[in-house]
Amino acid sequence: MSVKTSTDIQKEFLKSTVGLTGIFILLILIAVSIFAVISIPSDTFQYWNNPEKWVSYPKTSVPSWVNLFVAEKIPEHKIFEPENITLEQNGVFLTSQQFRFNYIFDDFPNDFMYNYNLEYIGSPLLEINVIKPDGTYLELISTTLPYATELTSYEQRIFSTDSLLRKNITMQSDFYNFEINDMNTIELIFSNQKKQEILNGDYVFMINVYSVEPQNKFLNSQLIVGGKAFGVMGTDELRRDLAIGLLWGTPLALFIGISVSIGSVIAGLVYGVYSGYKGKKTDEVMMRFNDVIYALPALPFLIILAVTISNSIFLMIGFLMIFSWVGIAKVSRSMSLQIKTRQYVEAAKIMGQKDSKIIFKHIIPQMMPYVFASIAISVPAAITTEAGLSFLGLGDPSFPTWGQILHDANTYGAAAQGFWWWIVPPGLLIAITGLAFVFIGNTLDTIVNPKLKR
Amino acid sequence: MFAVLMITLLLTILLVGSNMDTILKQGVMFQVRSEIIENPSIAESFANPEEFEAFIQQKIDERVKTLGLDSPWYSPQRVGLTMYKILILDFGNATFLTSDSGSSNVGDILLEKIPRTILLFTTATIIISIIGIFLGAASSNKIGSITDRITSTFAIVSSSFPVWWIGMLMIFLFAFVYQIFPARATPTMDSSDPGYIFALLYHMALPVITISLIGFGAWAYLVRNFMVGVLQEDYITAKKIMGISKRKIIYKHALKNAAPPIVTILALSLSGSLGGAIITEAVFDWPGMGRLYFDAIGVMDLPIIIGATYILTVLFLISIFIADLLYGYFDPRVRRGS
Repeated sequence: MSVKTSTDIQKEFLKSTVGLTGIFILLILIAVSIFAVISIPSDTFQYWNNPEKWVSYPKTSVPSWVNLFVAEKIPEHKIFEPENITLEQNGVFLTSQQFRFNYIFDDFPNDFMYNYNLEYIGSPLLEINVIKPDGTYLELISTTLPYATELTSYEQRIFSTDSLLRKNITMQSDFYNFEINDMNTIELIFSNQKKQEILNGDYVFMINVYSVEPQNKFLNSQLIVGGKAFGVMGTDELRRDLAIGLLWGTPLALFIGISVSIGSVIAGLVYGVYSGYKGKKTDEVMMRFNDVIYALPALPFLIILAVTISNSIFLMIGFLMIFSWVGIAKVSRSMSLQIKTRQYVEAAKIMGQKDSKIIFKHIIPQMMPYVFASIAISVPAAITTEAGLSFLGLGDPSFPTWGQILHDANTYGAAAQGFWWWIVPPGLLIAITGLAFVFIGNTLDTIVNPKLKR
Repeated sequence: MFAVLMITLLLTILLVGSNMDTILKQGVMFQVRSEIIENPSIAESFANPEEFEAFIQQKIDERVKTLGLDSPWYSPQRVGLTMYKILILDFGNATFLTSDSGSSNVGDILLEKIPRTILLFTTATIIISIIGIFLGAASSNKIGSITDRITSTFAIVSSSFPVWWIGMLMIFLFAFVYQIFPARATPTMDSSDPGYIFALLYHMALPVITISLIGFGAWAYLVRNFMVGVLQEDYITAKKIMGISKRKIIYKHALKNAAPPIVTILALSLSGSLGGAIITEAVFDWPGMGRLYFDAIGVMDLPIIIGATYILTVLFLISIFIADLLYGYFDPRVRRGS
């Protein structure tokens, strides 16, 4: 084993493009993790598995950037905020919300949903009307809200699939030059009058509340026009925004990978060095134990442990460590066998230094380059194993990892239905993260063991 | 080696023991109750429900005692008995799962699944090693050539991709976008049908391609590294000076000398692939050991979990043993030395 100073290693590392690429990818991942931790509130992953939080998102929609590459623009899922207008006319107060948007896509939206929370007294009349781009006026809904004697807030969701809407549109069917039964409500709202085609342009959704009392106030009002494209990464079957899951997966994957590899490398190192340094009976016994762990089938045992004990992410890290220190222990034992015959180690021994001091002060520092290389090399295995376990459905449900996203993708048959945006990014991220560490590790390894270089 | 086997078994039993106990006891309770309910005259002979309940409880206790379930699962007799039974390959009956032919004997189930797993993974490993050895030898021939660089890059890149994810992509691409292969690897035909073998082979194609695609890069890289070491030896230089063609040196002399570590890794990766089969088989729905294991864990079918773990460990140990033997065969120094 050649001894190299850390500056030598640094210099050689900086010369290697592969190693620098690895560092570069790793820095990007760390930046993404920091961004995720700062920008997305940490309670987000706690409602990752709570479907109620995701109702206003679309189901399995493609990422919206797909529209840049296709000729037929896929309707984007949009959540609109209103413009407020309040008027008084002949003792009737009108509180109005307007949603104005330009619809430019080549397909009908999936549906729309209007969410509101209104504070009122009495029994106001709620009307929803649409002004279409050709200037025509379509009445969608006209209903009175339940009577209230004192100021109450009333929350409701109105869906485009509501039968009331259908009835209202059927009553205005002379507006269309074709048989309206072939189209559903949302298509009729967004359709051309003459042909069964999409009508692009400015739409205005007007929500009017008429009341004799002046206290009407919208606490919340939101119009969602459901499309088939959403966000940077699209959404999954459970309407979850995949961008959030993927972003949160980054710090988790790095955490799992790095803590498992550091833990197992240090454990293996100390174990192996101690065994090699002590020699004789101790060595024999410790190495036999090592062999036993080596011969255990790791994945089956990990699965059993996850099922019977717990699948908490922190325990899983511990379980992964149990099975990954073995190889490092073997190598560091043989290295310490060499180092302990060096004169300075023997000198220290004769001087009567304690074993622990010799091991930590004289032997282990010699092996540091190897240690860093093996930490980097063992990260990808930890990440892929954790992802594999999550993929089998044994992941910690309170943390959305990449493996779990793939597990959900597999259970909902994403491959069969062609939801590529659900399958490709998580796996690619796993691979890229692994690759970054492999690059760094391999570069370090070739510097430390020059024999491989040729 | 035997000790390793025993420790593995013991650990498995320790991990699943307490659950197994609860499940077995519940099974007994259910059995006793259903037996009593089937016979209405017993229920009629009791005056009030409390007495009837007490009678059932007494029956259950009796049954538990005869089955030896009254002593805790970690008692030496019970653990010893379980281990002895497993040693003589008596795995008992599965709690929930059955084999395709309907038998719930764990031995039967395992016997049915093992050949399929071996078929899939041995085929894949053979393909991987053949491609890997030749590619590795070829790239060690000219270090720094385009072949060498592509091989090394491919090895590094492919090693960080999870096989099961590539599997999902392959299913997506070749079963749904281009409908070449079936998506599920389980043939729909009955296993007694004469065309079954062909159906199985056809269904096997996609998993084999996926596993090979991911595996051969790492192999080629390993072989290349061993060969680079061997090609630096003096006798190779001597052969070169003698004028023997480079191709002959590589495939005849160098490859033979690089064989011992390669064979060892081949044997280890064969058995290692069996353990990793769980996820791969789950993705492709291949009806082998891995799937069985996963299903068994899903429903906590403990006899199967124990049996499968046992078989996996045995296979692993056997392959370590074979690797040792082969090492001695290819490298006579090891034999004479010991």
